[in-house]
Amino acid sequence: MLHIYCPHCEEYREEEEFRPKGEAHIARPIDPVNTSDEDWGDYLFFRKNPRGLHHEQWFHAAGCRKFFNATRDTVTYEILETYKPGQQPAVTAESRKAQASAQASNQGAAK
Amino acid sequence: MSQRNRLGAGGRIDRKRALRFTFNGVSYQGYAGDTLASALLANGVDVLNRSFKYARPRGVVTAGADEPNAIVQLGATEAGQVPNVRATQQALYDGLVAKSTNGWPNVDRDVMGVLGKLGGKFMPPGFYYKTFMSPASAWPKYEQYIRKAAGLGRSPVENDPDIYDHMNHHCDVLVVGAGPAGLGAALAAARSGARVILCDEQEEMGGSLLDSREEIDGKPAAEWAAAAVAELGALPDVLLLSRTTANGYHDHNFVTLHQRRTEHLADVAPLADGRRQARARMHKVRAGRVVLATGTHERPLVYARNDVPGNMVAGAVSTYIRRYAVAPGQRLVLSTTNDHAYRAALDWHDAGREVVAIVDAREAPDGELVAAARARNIRIITGSAVIEAQGKKRVTAAVVAAIDIDGFRVKGNTSELACDTIASSGGYSPVVHLAAHTGSRPVWREDLLGFVSGSVPGQIPAGGVNGRWALNDALADGFEAGARAAAETGLSASAFTLPTVAPVREGKPVALYQVPHTKPAMRAPKQFVDQQNDVTASGIELATREGFESIEHVKRYTGLGFGTDQGKLGNINGMAIAARVTQQTIPDVGTTVFRPNYTPITFGAIAGRHCNEFFDPRRYTALHAWHVERGAKFEEVGQWMRPWYFPRGSESMHEAVQRECRAVREGVGILDASTLGKIEVQGKDAREFLNRLYTNAWTKLDPGKCRYGLMCKDDGMVMDDGVTACLATNHFHMTTTTGGAAGVLDWMEMWHQTEWPDLEVYFNSTTDHWAAMTVTGPNARKLLAELVDIDMSAEAFAYMDWREAKIAGVPARIFRISFTGELSYEINVQANYAMHVWKALFDKGAKYDLTPYGTETMHVLRAEKGFIIIGQETDGSVTPEDLGMQWAVGYKKPYSWIGRRALSRPDTKREDRKQLVGLKPLDAQLVLQEGAQIVLEKEIRIPMPMVGHVTSSYFSPTLGHGFALALIKGGSQRIGQTVYLPMADGKVHAAEVVSPVFYDPQGARHHV
Amino acid sequence: MSEFATFNAHPAAPVRAESPLAASRVGVAVQSSAQGAGVCIGERALLGHLILRGKAADEGFRAGVEAALGVPLPLKLGPVARDDARGVSVQWMSPDEWLVVVPEAQDHETELRLRAALSGHYAVINVSGAQTLLELSGPAARQVLMKSAGYDFHPSAFPVGKGISTTLAKSTAVIRRTGEAQWELIIRRSFADYLYSWLLDASEEFGVFVAR
Repeated sequence: MLHIYCPHCEEYREEEEFRPKGEAHIARPIDPVNTSDEDWGDYLFFRKNPRGLHHEQWFHAAGCRKFFNATRDTVTYEILETYKPGQQPAVTAESRKAQASAQASNQGAAK
Repeated sequence: MSQRNRLGAGGRIDRKRALRFTFNGVSYQGYAGDTLASALLANGVDVLNRSFKYARPRGVVTAGADEPNAIVQLGATEAGQVPNVRATQQALYDGLVAKSTNGWPNVDRDVMGVLGKLGGKFMPPGFYYKTFMSPASAWPKYEQYIRKAAGLGRSPVENDPDIYDHMNHHCDVLVVGAGPAGLGAALAAARSGARVILCDEQEEMGGSLLDSREEIDGKPAAEWAAAAVAELGALPDVLLLSRTTANGYHDHNFVTLHQRRTEHLADVAPLADGRRQARARMHKVRAGRVVLATGTHERPLVYARNDVPGNMVAGAVSTYIRRYAVAPGQRLVLSTTNDHAYRAALDWHDAGREVVAIVDAREAPDGELVAAARARNIRIITGSAVIEAQGKKRVTAAVVAAIDIDGFRVKGNTSELACDTIASSGGYSPVVHLAAHTGSRPVWREDLLGFVSGSVPGQIPAGGVNGRWALNDALADGFEAGARAAAETGLSASAFTLPTVAPVREGKPVALYQVPHTKPAMRAPKQFVDQQNDVTASGIELATREGFESIEHVKRYTGLGFGTDQGKLGNINGMAIAARVTQQTIPDVGTTVFRPNYTPITFGAIAGRHCNEFFDPRRYTALHAWHVERGAKFEEVGQWMRPWYFPRGSESMHEAVQRECRAVREGVGILDASTLGKIEVQGKDAREFLNRLYTNAWTKLDPGKCRYGLMCKDDGMVMDDGVTACLATNHFHMTTTTGGAAGVLDWMEMWHQTEWPDLEVYFNSTTDHWAAMTVTGPNARKLLAELVDIDMSAEAFAYMDWREAKIAGVPARIFRISFTGELSYEINVQANYAMHVWKALFDKGAKYDLTPYGTETMHVLRAEKGFIIIGQETDGSVTPEDLGMQWAVGYKKPYSWIGRRALSRPDTKREDRKQLVGLKPLDAQLVLQEGAQIVLEKEIRIPMPMVGHVTSSYFSPTLGHGFALALIKGGSQRIGQTVYLPMADGKVHAAEVVSPVFYDPQGARHHV
Repeated sequence: MSEFATFNAHPAAPVRAESPLAASRVGVAVQSSAQGAGVCIGERALLGHLILRGKAADEGFRAGVEAALGVPLPLKLGPVARDDARGVSVQWMSPDEWLVVVPEAQDHETELRLRAALSGHYAVINVSGAQTLLELSGPAARQVLMKSAGYDFHPSAFPVGKGISTTLAKSTAVIRRTGEAQWELIIRRSFADYLYSWLLDASEEFGVFVAR
């Protein structure tokens, strides 16, 4: 049972109020007619399934009925942030890697 | 033989309240404050069970949740049966009835025990896998035998008379365990102003303080515990839950607590103040911080025949003496690796019983407790261990020998010490189960000779579970953890003064798990590691020799740590043995994964009140009471209770449906259509949104008009349909299927919020606001004309128009749409007025024999017209063209609406896609089975290509024959062909492929 | 041709109106009076319920709503705006959605007032037939809610005045705290019988009085 911060209600709510809606940031091709069958197939059917950070879409079904995105670690289930549609995540696999290597080099310097 | 092991004084029992109870049909007496185990021990009952696999006699080993053997079946009545109760955790009550879980015909003469006596040679690990592998056809026979022989306890065969419930909680700090660390943590957190929940699985809070020899602030430890509990109980934001086990630790600090509310009173919950009360309650706690103060489990030593009744863990001996005033024998031998276990010998001696010897594996023990034993002139044999117990149904002697721990061998001669009780202690294992539930792996601490919990966000281990098990350390750790927990939730922690405890100096323990025997483990008498699952040291050796080197594999091959035990007593010893045999270290071997539940919980508590009428919500329309009164049979559609049909007198369903169908086709019928989903769409871009959402065009729909719409997902597959009316230029009333209502609204919100936020449009559900009644049939107009204030003529109110009107005085929106193929009107009124209007229709409708009909008749009538039902003719793989509904697809709409692009993918263009057709069985009386597969040849062979399936099938009184709708590959090209439907009973039905529109294909009947 | 249709659902001459609980039965043992009852449950039937949609950031919208309803528009989750004397309340449901509750049969005129006062992108949806209001009170009322919903009903998270929307048993409800031990629950018509029975069942152990 996750505890999820709804960025619209600005409160933590229980998971049962929400519906998971799969991977976030799946943009519908702007010009479907001129999108190739392959690209359209990718948009429709192909999703990431990362071990680690994942950006997901959630729907606050029993609350404000608004969609939002969450950055969640699929290993620890930790939710690192939630943000509104149209916004970009602050925490990404890249930013985490950069942070880790910065820490490592700091430790190296300390030695 | 009345309570022969009961001590004359002491204990936390109430000797004034004697309680009668029955075990295996024999009546005994105990006292209030006893557990079933302490009462049985007081009465000198040695054999409580037969073991799971070898049927060996077994007695009480521990005094708590880690008990492997004293598992009983509880219940005086059939309905009150409870399996898998640990006698060590079951409070005694007057009239308690318990039985052994295993043992046939009884625990003292067990037939299965013969097999057990023949020895483990016949039942090694993997016995079941190896023996019952082949022939596969004999498995059902084997299974019968195994099921009878295996398993712990049985479920009642009658309905549970009790009720259960759930309660949700939020708190700053949840403290699990109310021993010294838990009480300290709760005090520190609560004094800081935190909302605290403190739970403990025992009858009484206090944990080890309840049987401690030590003093806190100069008073007996139990008195300090009572004062702490009283202080906490007086605070408004502190919830104390005893008899409550934290059984599962879930993500984001969500912990489920299983509270046994009446199991200490009776086997069926008594009334409280004349009202029913829940027997068990599942508390679902969302905690800011969780302080785990779950303490330790003492490890028994693994020596030969260590399962004979009379073998116990050392701490349990102390608990029974000090807490329950029961000395479970006369002559004690203690085998230990550490100082702490000396308490058992001291308590035994102080209770006036004989301590034969303390056998210490260390060469030179020298702590304070050792000195206390020497002061009592207790014999201490050093550098040695009990290597074997003697006796059958009770220990008669301990075989003692000097041992070489590093060389894993016995040194020198063995000697026998006559005794009836052997207490053993191999050290203490932190109870890390809960910490591991969310996936963190325990971490080995060589200094503690035990695993402590891995780090979990928001979780703070304290006391024994944190490796701080001296009383003063545990208290300090608890206070610090509670203060830290409060501070981490944003409170300013209040300063605390630690209670004063004189520290007890203890010497270093030694690492000993399996005790060497004079014979190798494979030939020595059984050395039990996990008594509940009958796993022995040699079994683990065998498993590793056979290649099961991963501890997870060893677990599954041997059964180590399964069942109610979940590795509480045997896991570390088992891992140590696996490590020794495979020449690894214990941390290399690692632990198995601990999973919820920590101890078994009743299914009732999991279900709570979500059973019977509350299992699933039942949704009712505003007209439900009328349907009930009219004798309707109901069908659950989604969660809605919809009238299925309205039998008259003794009519069968078939007869009722045939009559209802004829009434609609020949007279007038009425359907409660309130369950259809309804969505209001408002805004200047409402029309554009509908253009993008539906496959067809909405640009030119004028106010006062309705249109049928089809909705696809973006993969081009049909997802929903319904009629939408234009109420005003920027205002629409959309309808969806009954089952699709919520999903369609969510779908619209998703597209609006995430793809097209620039469109100015709002959607809201009005499903429940409107009651909808479909009046349909040749006489529909005549009937309505008597009740409405508008011109109902075909000219003034045409097909696919809607009008505002008053019906029986009530304002209504009337939609002239038809799902039956007849002249039809769907009347919508505000739901609070629905019953008034419905009854008025029946008042006026009597002369037309207005006939209420249900969903079954609705299905027959619409199928005759070839109208689809979403979820019946569609299954998420059907395009509008597959359904022959190209007429509802606006290929020329400028915006690439949802599904448009996918309809030009090669797969959606295939000519051999399954297409909707009608089927007319060659046998006119036959009703084909829905779901039946369709083939093209009469001669059935396996395999053969299946080309489609029946989606809907009914008997039509109008047509006079059975008919069906079906999806068939390339179906539109097969009109006139005969197809075949092989059935499970070997029959093969034949049917002609026809148009899906069976009735009035020109639509003449509703265009009147 | 108007942009939006309005609809007065009420008959000119009164006819019998039935609340969603008109046919519901009390299936548990109840107390004969509120005195000593742990929980009191009663329905405030047939109130006017409207959904208001619009842009909170639009000053004109906020001013129009306040002019039409006589209470300020709440701009975030939290206290429900109320004028108890007139029986009007406005609750934040979402960044662009509010629930307006008015006395019986005032739904239509309230909608007309709102529409007269508002312009631009907004919507008013009449849901008076779609829901009903339960009053839950008594010393054990909070425990009944804790048995039914996962929200935190402690005063620190749910002070008097606050209103939320959440799950209730296996349905949903709008829940508002009107006093230390007083709550309002707004539930959907079709789920009303289920939730009413659920709440009665949850209340039984505390002693429940059904106000009529």
